Formats: sequence, structure tokens, C-alpha cells
Amino acid sequence: MKTWPREYAVSESADSSAVARAVDTLLDVRNLSLVLGGQPVIDGVNLAVAPGEIHALLGANGAGKSSLAYAIMGCEGYAPNTGDILFAGERINEWPMHERARRGITLAWQEPARFEGLAAHHYLALGGVGVDAAHCLDQVGLAPREYLFRPVDKTLSGGERKRIELAAVLAMQPRLAILDEPAAGIDLLSLDEIVGVIEALNRAGAAILLITHQENVAAHAHRASQLCGGRIVDSGPTAEVIEHYKARRCQRCNGRDCGHG
Amino acid sequence: MAELQPLINAFRLIGEDPTTVLGPDSAHLVAYGHRVISQQSIPGVLMQARSEADVIRARLVVAEGLHIVQPVHLCFGLFARHGTQNVELEVILQPESSVTLWSHCLFTTVEHATHAMTARIEIQEGAALTYQEAHYHGESGDIAVSPRAVVTLGPRARYHADFALVQGRVGRLDIDYTVNVGEQAVAELTSKVYGYGHDVIHIRERINLDGANARGLIKTRVAAREDATAEVIGATCGNAPGARGHVDCLEIVRDRAVVSAIPEVKVTHPLAKVTHEAAIGSVDGQQLETLMARGLDPEQAVDLIIKGMLS
Repeated sequence: MKTWPREYAVSESADSSAVARAVDTLLDVRNLSLVLGGQPVIDGVNLAVAPGEIHALLGANGAGKSSLAYAIMGCEGYAPNTGDILFAGERINEWPMHERARRGITLAWQEPARFEGLAAHHYLALGGVGVDAAHCLDQVGLAPREYLFRPVDKTLSGGERKRIELAAVLAMQPRLAILDEPAAGIDLLSLDEIVGVIEALNRAGAAILLITHQENVAAHAHRASQLCGGRIVDSGPTAEVIEHYKARRCQRCNGRDCGHG
Repeated sequence: MAELQPLINAFRLIGEDPTTVLGPDSAHLVAYGHRVISQQSIPGVLMQARSEADVIRARLVVAEGLHIVQPVHLCFGLFARHGTQNVELEVILQPESSVTLWSHCLFTTVEHATHAMTARIEIQEGAALTYQEAHYHGESGDIAVSPRAVVTLGPRARYHADFALVQGRVGRLDIDYTVNVGEQAVAELTSKVYGYGHDVIHIRERINLDGANARGLIKTRVAAREDATAEVIGATCGNAPGARGHVDCLEIVRDRAVVSAIPEVKVTHPLAKVTHEAAIGSVDGQQLETLMARGLDPEQAVDLIIKGMLS
């Protein structure tokens, strides 16, 4: 596995900018803050993801992981109050969501939407011209013969729908895939397949921002960051960040008020 | 046959193959306005139709125990600019028979028209009818369509009906269906309508679950934009032990359109159960954003969601 310097993903305590810019950066989140309903949910976050990097984002429920993902993707209601989001060197704060997608960013939701009357092959074909939908389904462990023409609707189980969502991300061949809990709702025996999909995406050239609570999934990341109370409190090699997280050693609040301490 | 040419042209316009309708193996009825242009029976399927001054009267009977493979086609329409078409239709499926009935209503070229259908459908014990009615309208919007039907299902009978008006302006649509469901029989009604401009849509569908263990589903999908209005009433009444009914309404509203959905559920037997779900509003935000995260702009995403719902 590729190794990455601990300093690359920048914690708020680090002397960040110079380090981050020293390496070619695909996603560069700078001093990002987001207030929702009067509450700060993202608070001065700095985060850099390199091309081809799998970067795990860890944190307790309510830490701000999904909010950060939505802000990066440009979801409605998640426009940052302050700070910058740079993608391949361009500031994208004002770009509409579909423009971000056309430039190579995509998001797989934790609970994917369901669509009446939209067959899986059609849904996957949205990813671009010449998509091999059958191959993408096969890669996520779904038999094309059974699923290619099935509607992406409520007749699918949660796990099946999530796999189709990952297949749709594969079909897009994104430069940056934000995966929000890709393994949630997936049966234990199939976790390896999901990890395989993440690695296949990565081999195809995508950087991945991987939001997960599952250690065995996060362990496949090159590096990791921990969010706590809307702030990045730890960044570095995945094993170290996971170890700190499991030991509940939050560098910011020392486990007192971070929600997991 | 020169008189069939407008029909053939219309079929090509909507992407259907006219030879399937008019082939020698298919029972059919073709009527323009109040004129019967062509009718054909086949063994086991009796098609009788006659023209009167202000109505087409048609009768279709499927013989007992026969399972008809080729769909029976009913083609109604107007190919002049103005016109009226009234149809009185009687359909009888004798016991243990089955058939698929495709009704094509072609009004792609009319500027001002009225189309009224009154149907009595009797599906006898163990018989099964699949009825698909598709309307194809033009862009004038000055058309009034009122399909009305009373359907009776005998024991173990099955009835699946799909109504679709998703191509062209609706104009004024007034659907009124009543389905009486016998013991262990199953009825499913699905309506899909897309209104825009100043279209006015009324859909009233009622299922009476009268027999023990009868089953009924009313499913309505309406999309309305611009200044269209729609009122959807799906009523199900459980009157017998073990009867189960469900009403499922999903409506998408855009621009200045106004839509109301009124599910009516009633139970008169303690062992019957009827449920309903209704959702009206703009396009679901997560659906929209999911498609935008795949690169579709908002208009493309909304179109795809509506097309899927009405497909």
C-alpha cells in the first residue's frame, strides 16, 4: 500500500498551508466553517486529499462528517459560512452540485435515494458515455442478469440499494468519490466485497474520502482524520488515528467534550 | 385500406407497430369518431361493434376456459380537427378465461374534441383481464376525456388496469372507475397522468372489497406543472373478512400547479384492513441531489424523476 506522510492531512494545530501545498492536492478544504440552525457543525476545518489517496474520516455520531461531505459536494443548505473548498486548484464554493460532479466529484449517500421506474442499467449509465453497467454491477457483487433491469426502487433491500449506489459511483469514474458509510447495512460476509469496490475505485484513479465507523473498512485508507465537534482533531497514518480514536484520546478536548469521550 | 392510413400514421408517430394491431391473429376494433372502421373476432373472442349517430356500441366476449395469447386491440380516436366520440363498451370474460386488452386512444391531431367512454366489465370466476389504456394527445389542450367504468370481479378473478396519459396536453380529464371485488379476487388500478398548461385532472377510483380475502390496490401517479390542477380520490372499502386494500398516491407539483390527493379508506368488517399512503410535493430533495451528484443539471434531474414515476 502507498504510504503517506502524517503531515499531509492538516490538523488545525499544524502549520498547515505550506505542508499541504507542498504536495500535489486534489481536494483542499481550508478553514471551512458551516453553521446550521444557529449551531456550528463545521468549525475551521482544514483537510487535504491527494490524488489517488484513500482518506478515512472518523468521528462519533454528530461530529460533522456527513455535513462536511455535503459541503464538499455542494448539497443545498450546506454552503460554507467561511473558508474555501479547492478542487484541483480551483475554488469551487460557488459551483452548483452538478458542475462539481461533471468535474469529477461524486457522493454516495449513507441512505441512497430510491427511484420509481428507473432501471439499474439506466441509473448507472448516467455516469457517462460507454458505461459497462453489467461490469459495474458485477464488481459490487450483484449478478447483472438479475439486477440490470430492476428498478432502483423500494423493492430492493437496503444492502442491494447501497451496492447499486457504489456501482453508480464506479460507473462515473470520478476523480474524488465521497463515500458516506459505504459498508453500513451490508452483511458481515459481504464486507470484503465492499472493501474490494473501494480499492477498485482507487485503482481506477479515484481519490476517496471514506466516512466510516467500521475499523476494518477504515483500515484500508492510506491516511485518516478524526472529526470532533466539527473540528479535525487528529490526522495522520490510518492505524495511528484509529488507535487514538478507539482510545478516546481526542487531542482537542482530551475526551471531555468531544461526544465520544 | 385507405381509411386505416391515419391510424397507421398515428401509430408510427407514437412508435408502435400497426401490424400488431391489425394482424389476422388479433381481435380488434378500430373506430374514428362514431364510425367503426374495422373490427375482427378470432376463435374464442367475439368482437361486436356498431356505429350509431352519436355513439359506438361495442361488446367483447372471451369464451370460457380460453387463454388468449395475442392482445386484443381497441383503437379509438379522432383524426379531424374537431369532433366527438362516445363509446359504450361491454366486456365479458367467461369463467377461467384470460386476455390482455390494449386500448389506444389517439387524439394527436385534434384541436377541439370530446371523448367519453362508458364501460361495463364483467370478469367471471377465475378469469383474468389485463387492461392497458394509453392516451396520446396533441398540444391543443382543448380536449375533454371522461373514461368511466364499472368492473365486477367474480370469485378468484383478477383485474389489472393501467391508465396512462403522459404524452401531450391532458386537457380536461375526468376518470371515474368503480371496481367490485369478489371472494379471493384481486384488483389493481394504476393511473399515470402528466398535466401542464391549464390542464384539469380529476381521478376518482373506488374499489369495494366485497368478497372474503379480496385484494385491492389503487396506485396513482400524477405530475403537474405550470398552471395544471389535479384532484385524486382513491377510495377503498373493506367489506368482508380477510379483505385487504391499499391506496398509494404520489404526486409531484411544480410551478403554479395545484394538486390534492384524497385517500378514502373505509372498513365495514372487523377482519378487513385497508391502508393508504400519499405524498404530494415538489421532487424529493435527495433524489434530485443524487442525480445532480451524477452530473445532471436540476432540469434534467427533475425530468428523469418524473419520467421514471410515470413510466
